[in-house]
Order: sequence, then structure tokens, then C-alpha cells
Amino acid sequence: MSALKVDALSKSFGGLRVTADVSLTVEPGERRLIIGPNGAGKTTLFNLITGELAPDSGSILLFDRDITQLPSRRRAHFGMARTYQIITLFPRDTIVRNVCLALLGLSPLRWNPVAAFDRQHRLFERARAALARVGLSHIADRPLSQTSYGEQRRVEIAMALAQNPKVLLLDEPFAGLSIDERREVNQLLFAIPRDVTVVMIEHNMDVALEFADRITLLGTRAEVVADPRTREVYLGA
Amino acid sequence: MSSITPRRAAIGIALILLITLPAWVGNPYYINISSQILLFAVFALALNVLVGYAGLVSLGHAGLFATAGYAGALMLQAGYGHFAADGVAILVALLAAAVFGVLALRSTGIGFLMITLALGQIVWGVAYRWASLTNGDNGVNVTTRPRPFGLSLANADSFYYATLLIFLAAVASMAVFIRSPFGASLCGTRDQARRMNALGYNVWLTRFLAFLFSGFWSGIAGLLFIYYTNFISPQVASLQTSAEVLLMVISGGTATLLGPIAGAAIVVIMKNVVSAYVERWNLVLGVIFVAIITFMPEGLVPGSVRLWRMGWRAFRDRGRANVLRNVSEPPS
Repeated sequence: MSALKVDALSKSFGGLRVTADVSLTVEPGERRLIIGPNGAGKTTLFNLITGELAPDSGSILLFDRDITQLPSRRRAHFGMARTYQIITLFPRDTIVRNVCLALLGLSPLRWNPVAAFDRQHRLFERARAALARVGLSHIADRPLSQTSYGEQRRVEIAMALAQNPKVLLLDEPFAGLSIDERREVNQLLFAIPRDVTVVMIEHNMDVALEFADRITLLGTRAEVVADPRTREVYLGA
Repeated sequence: MSSITPRRAAIGIALILLITLPAWVGNPYYINISSQILLFAVFALALNVLVGYAGLVSLGHAGLFATAGYAGALMLQAGYGHFAADGVAILVALLAAAVFGVLALRSTGIGFLMITLALGQIVWGVAYRWASLTNGDNGVNVTTRPRPFGLSLANADSFYYATLLIFLAAVASMAVFIRSPFGASLCGTRDQARRMNALGYNVWLTRFLAFLFSGFWSGIAGLLFIYYTNFISPQVASLQTSAEVLLMVISGGTATLLGPIAGAAIVVIMKNVVSAYVERWNLVLGVIFVAIITFMPEGLVPGSVRLWRMGWRAFRDRGRANVLRNVSEPPS
């Protein structure tokens, strides 16, 4: 049984065929790196896998369950979580409340209109535990708008991890980070237990290659992939 | 837990003022104006659920307000009792809100606004044109007020207290709602709908339920309105009513509890009190809105809080500066 199986997936925007017949199989616990030039359709592939976009053809299987037609929100309940390349957080709330919203998304409590959200101590404890994993405990109560870009990147990851996903999709988790911050994020990615399958889009080859078990190159044309210079540019070999 | 904080003290004082209002206002005319403020505050609070917490600007809420009003008035005219009429009116308001919600929530932003505007205009059109049902432009008279537990609501004082009770219930329900996990979910759909979807939330259903909640209190406000004026006409369903209640919310401050209440007070006082002295009261209202938007774009209540804090900080820092100056000056 594979964790994630994408079969002959295609998506066009008008005349532009962004995802053309993409197939890939990710085994449980695997760390898969997806690389490719700008415009190769890496983020589009993520949007198709998470259901934010509907594919024109092809299928997506999550642990042998066909989720191609499943709405995006349901996929979260089946153990899929993602982070965004462009930070997509709740700037008006504190960091811990951001993570609480991630936890609340999978809890029936989210429909409760009479309980006090701030008194859901178990929820907040779990959120603080998730923040501890990414090293942000000390600023958990700070409004998100008063945190640095690097910290917000880690909040993104904390929110995804808090949901205890089976498959975690990371869209450029190192984008825009300093060398020190990259090291910190790298450490926390390595600390993710092996029962979580991780698929990652990343351009920072030094950190990404170390992390990945296998690599998928999304290219616009097969000859680009086959060209030895591609190998040289990406792998330095 | 039971310590007296400034916030609690303010709430306590406000409650005492509201409860004793008939005693210190005296004049029944002004007591009636107060009832009107409270009933429009309920309406504005209802709209604020969508505008403030869901980030969905509706310009058709008069449709819901008037639907409940007409349903109640027509039931009473047909000879039903107040209990049945009010119950049906609230159900009809919820049904109308469900229809509005299903149609308008296909979109957000300007699209949502335009669909609600169109739906509101349809209600107005029905009220105006379907004369055999609604009596057209002549409107429907409501001859009696309900007598809950045998208490007459005929005079200004008793009607004020009934309105106050419902107003407080509305405020309490809003306060509980926005602090709840569902309220947090709703605010999340306002700030980052895409993320909420990916996190497992049903964004559409969250917004739809908020729309029903908003429709419920709009319907209650519509019922209070027909009992207050003893009359309903198509004018109530007009775009002007929708725009006025939206102005109440925006001028007072969206996504706050106090804002819509303050907004309702301003608009009702302008319409009723200032119009007695100034012929062009609409102009005065316009100038006030322009001033609010210029100096407090976030609305009157959050804006006042901000200006107060700025003033307080300046005052405090000047005090500190004086202290520093005293310290740094050499002793003579």
C-alpha cells in the first residue's frame, strides 16, 4: 500500500497545460522531494493533491482510497495537511490561537456556538505542545502580526504538524529564510517521525537533498529531464 | 473571578442606566426613541454577525427584517394570536435567510453584496406590488401589542422594558457566539477562507449558519419594529433601510459588540431628534459619517478607544518627561 498515489493527473488553465499526465507513488514514511523549474506546476500539483483545484483527468489515491472527488476539507480529515509557499495565517490572532484553529478544524467542537473557545484548555495544551516541537513556545501568546517571517514559517509547519497528518505536504518551507533559520527548520523537519509521509517542494538543494529519500523532477519536457545538464544543475554531479 | 474590573464596572453602570432610563428620561417621546434605538441595535448586531465576523457585507437585510414584520403583521391581521404570529414570523425570517444564504453565498465580496441587494429589492417589490397580500403601499396595521404573562406593553415604559429585555438577550447571545469555537471558525473564514478549507472546515456551511443566526435576530428586530410602530409598509423593506442599518454597523465599528449599538443610537437620534430642529438632517448625518470615516476609519467605538489610548499615552509620557526634566536639572 502506498501512502499517496497520483495517476496520470492533468490540469490545464485555458490553453496552458500546467500539469500534464503526472504520475507518482509515495511510500508510507517516505520523504519525497519535488523539484522543477519555475512554472513546472509544482504548487499546482499540490493544489490538485489537496483538492483546492479539481483535475481535468487522472486520479489521486490516499492509502488506496480514491480521493479524487473528495472535497479539500474532507481530505484534511483523512490525514492530509499542507503548508503554503505564501504564508497563509491569521494575522489578527495570537500564534497559539493560530495553531488552535488548526486543531479545531478536525474537532467536532468547531460547530459549538456556546462554549468559550479560550477555555478549551486541552486544545490549547495540544497547540502549545505543537509549538514546542517547532521551538516557538516562548512567543506562543504573541500576536502573529508581531512575529518575524521566519517565525511565521515555523507557525505554518506547527499548524500542519498539530493536525497529526499521515501525509504532510510542504510547499517551499525554506523560502525566504536566513541560513540560521534554515538550519532550525531543517532540524524540525528531521524530527518529524517516520509514520508521517512527507512530500516537499523546495529549491534549496543543500537542505532538501539531505532530507529527501527520493526525488521527482517535474519538467515541462522530457528532454529537459534527460539532459545531463539538468542533473548537474540540481545535483551538482 | 468575581473581582471588579473597569470593564465589569462599565457594564454594570450601563445596565443601571438602561434599567432606570424611563425614570430619568421621563418624557414618553424620548422613552420611545430609546426603544427604537434598542430595536435597531438588535438589527445592527444581527447584520454585524455577517459584516463584522464573517466579512460578508449584506445590503439586503431589510428584506429579512421586513419579511418577519410582514409575516407577523399579516398573521395578526388574519386573526391569529401573538404567540402564533411571532412564531411563524421567526420561522419565515429563518426561511428567508436560508434562501438569501443559499443564493448569496455562492459568492463573497462585491458579488455577495450585489446578490443580497437584489434579493432585498425582490422583497421590497413583493411588498409593494403584491397588493392583494400585502395591501401594497398602504401597508398593514398592527392593532395590538402582545401581553406576555398578562402584562400590557401598551405604554412607552412597558414597551421599553420588553425591548430592553430582548436587546440584552441579543447582546448576550452575540457575546457568547463570538467567543465560541464556532465564532472563532467564522472569523477564520473571514480572514483566510482558503486555509480554513485546507484545515478541514466547511467554509460554506459555517457562513450559512452565521447567515441563519443573523437572519434570526433580524427577524426578531423586525417583529419589535411592527409592535413599536403598529404598522409596516414597503418602505421598511427598501434599500434605504438596508443601507441605514449597514451604516449603523460600519460607523459604530464592525466586529465589535458596542459598535453597532452606538451606530444605531447615532442614526436613530439623527432621524428623530435632530430632524425636529434641522430641516436638512440628512446633511448633518452625512457630515457625521464623513467625520467618522475621516478620523476613525475603523468606526466610532474602536476609533474612540484608539484616540483615548493615544491621548492617555501622550499624557503619561508628558508626565514622565517632566519627571526626567526634574531629575536632570541640577539642583540650584
